[in-house]
Amino acid sequence: MIWLSDHVRNEWRLYLMLLPTIIWFIVFLYKPMYGLQIAFKDYSIFKGVAKSPWIGWEHFQSLFTNDQFLRAVSNTIKISALNLLFGFPAPIILALMFNEVLHAGYKRAAQTIVYLPHFISSVIIAGIVITAFSPSVGIVNTVLGWLGFDSVYFLTKPEWFRPIFVGTGIWQEAGFGSIVFLAAIAGVNPSLYESAVVDGASRWQMMWKITLPSILPTIIIMLIIRIGNIMEVSFELIILLYQPATYETADVVNTFVYRQGLQSGQYDFAAAAGLFNAVVAFVLVMVANTLSRRYSRTSLW
Amino acid sequence: MMSWNLYSRGDKFFAIVVSILIGMFTIATLYPFIYIAAVSFSSGFAAQAGKVVLTPIDSTIEAYKYILVDRDFWISYRNTFIYTIGGTILSLLFIIPGAYALSRPQLMGRRFFNLFIAFTMWFNAGLIPFYLNMRDLNLLDSMFGIILAFAVNAFNIILLRNFFEAIPQSFEEAARMDGANDFQVLWKVFIPLSKPAIATITLFCIVARWNGFFWAMVLLQSQEKIPLQVFLRHTIAKLSDDDEFAMTQLDAAYSAETVTAAIIVCSIIPVLLVYPWIQKYFEKGILLGGVKE
Repeated sequence: MIWLSDHVRNEWRLYLMLLPTIIWFIVFLYKPMYGLQIAFKDYSIFKGVAKSPWIGWEHFQSLFTNDQFLRAVSNTIKISALNLLFGFPAPIILALMFNEVLHAGYKRAAQTIVYLPHFISSVIIAGIVITAFSPSVGIVNTVLGWLGFDSVYFLTKPEWFRPIFVGTGIWQEAGFGSIVFLAAIAGVNPSLYESAVVDGASRWQMMWKITLPSILPTIIIMLIIRIGNIMEVSFELIILLYQPATYETADVVNTFVYRQGLQSGQYDFAAAAGLFNAVVAFVLVMVANTLSRRYSRTSLW
Repeated sequence: MMSWNLYSRGDKFFAIVVSILIGMFTIATLYPFIYIAAVSFSSGFAAQAGKVVLTPIDSTIEAYKYILVDRDFWISYRNTFIYTIGGTILSLLFIIPGAYALSRPQLMGRRFFNLFIAFTMWFNAGLIPFYLNMRDLNLLDSMFGIILAFAVNAFNIILLRNFFEAIPQSFEEAARMDGANDFQVLWKVFIPLSKPAIATITLFCIVARWNGFFWAMVLLQSQEKIPLQVFLRHTIAKLSDDDEFAMTQLDAAYSAETVTAAIIVCSIIPVLLVYPWIQKYFEKGILLGGVKE
């Protein structure tokens, strides 16, 4: 006890510095977790979180018989799978290509440009997509017209939503995503390349036999992170791009939660859908972390 | 790096092909911006007829006139500056002392506090409980609410804490010899030594604030409080089903599309102005962010 009071007398400044942050986390992140109980309650605004009556798993039972919710779960997984399949390799390929560009100024200029879209807000990205794909003005339909095709109102076509969404993601993030892989490439031991040159290897062979295997640990860790984040589709951009005509392929769990809860006011039901998403995401992240710990002996955090 | 002279013919061919592919990707990245700029300076009719490809057709600044006389546009622009500057300063006031305390071995319960913060990266209560919490706190439609509720996140704290932990002890010991307490050690030793890390976090905050859209849309109702991104969204939505714009006349100086493009240009310009600075620190920040528990 004496030791404790000595400790506080000497180190109170540290606790004072930590206090605002801890309070902030309690008020803005942990208190909502307490509020999650409305997923098991018949929530009424007037009674508040604590006093609303418990109803058990009722919301979850109606969720799993709700076609829109099941569709949203399936769309979330499908969009993430497409992102993984096309969006994941893109920055790796880009980094490998940047590594082969000899002219430093050219490389620098190209990098400066391809990182840029990462910093542009989703509202602007959506604005650009809406303009570019519009049936009358859009450059996409202008080009289709040159090639003799009829114009298509892409953003009202369910079959076009995912390609446009995933393509937009690659356009926006591939450049920025390449930074991590370029850093890994920069860390490859130069003597590997020197001995390959002595052996008469071509640049193409060195890329496949030296560069790619050397950055494989980084690739695997990034892949694990991506798999851990499967439930986290960037729903902000979906809200900006989808419309009732494309809900069929575009609606994901978070957009479903947004519509049911924040737009229609079914807070308890929507909170249940959100809780389902959060629990699945949590399990995936934990599995991903365990895997990467086993793989690299360093955890992701 | 290899030198061109040592390259075989095959290597040279490969390097040239790769450089061309990189160039194509770069142009593909840049093109949408050029296209939007071209639309914004074209006449409404030319845009509507799908004539704009690379350069403005029937150059005009009517779309900009339409937007720049809109009082709400300037209010939202001002608000975005308030949210960005106020939010970033508040973030740093939380994050820097918090990260410092968490980096000190003598802090009791350090493991617990670190887990307490890191846990929020893995599990999030979600949209609805967060929204209801904001309502209970009386922070709906509040500018201060927006600034405060998004001031801190686990990632930034952990990033800075890792940086602080890597500072050699000898720096701190020297200051302690001179009788410095924790406030002074942080202010005179850690902050000056951590300028790149703090610059990175500042930029993370600035970019997130400038681009912040979803919660501003959900939480703010008053027109005079919304930031630029929400104004932009409202305007794009309004223009696309506004009667005034439904039928674009042959002589129309502007159309829904040219006005939308003009707003996009206006809101990208500040980002482009700070971009060189952003780029310098972001690359470092990304590599520094090998986040550990």
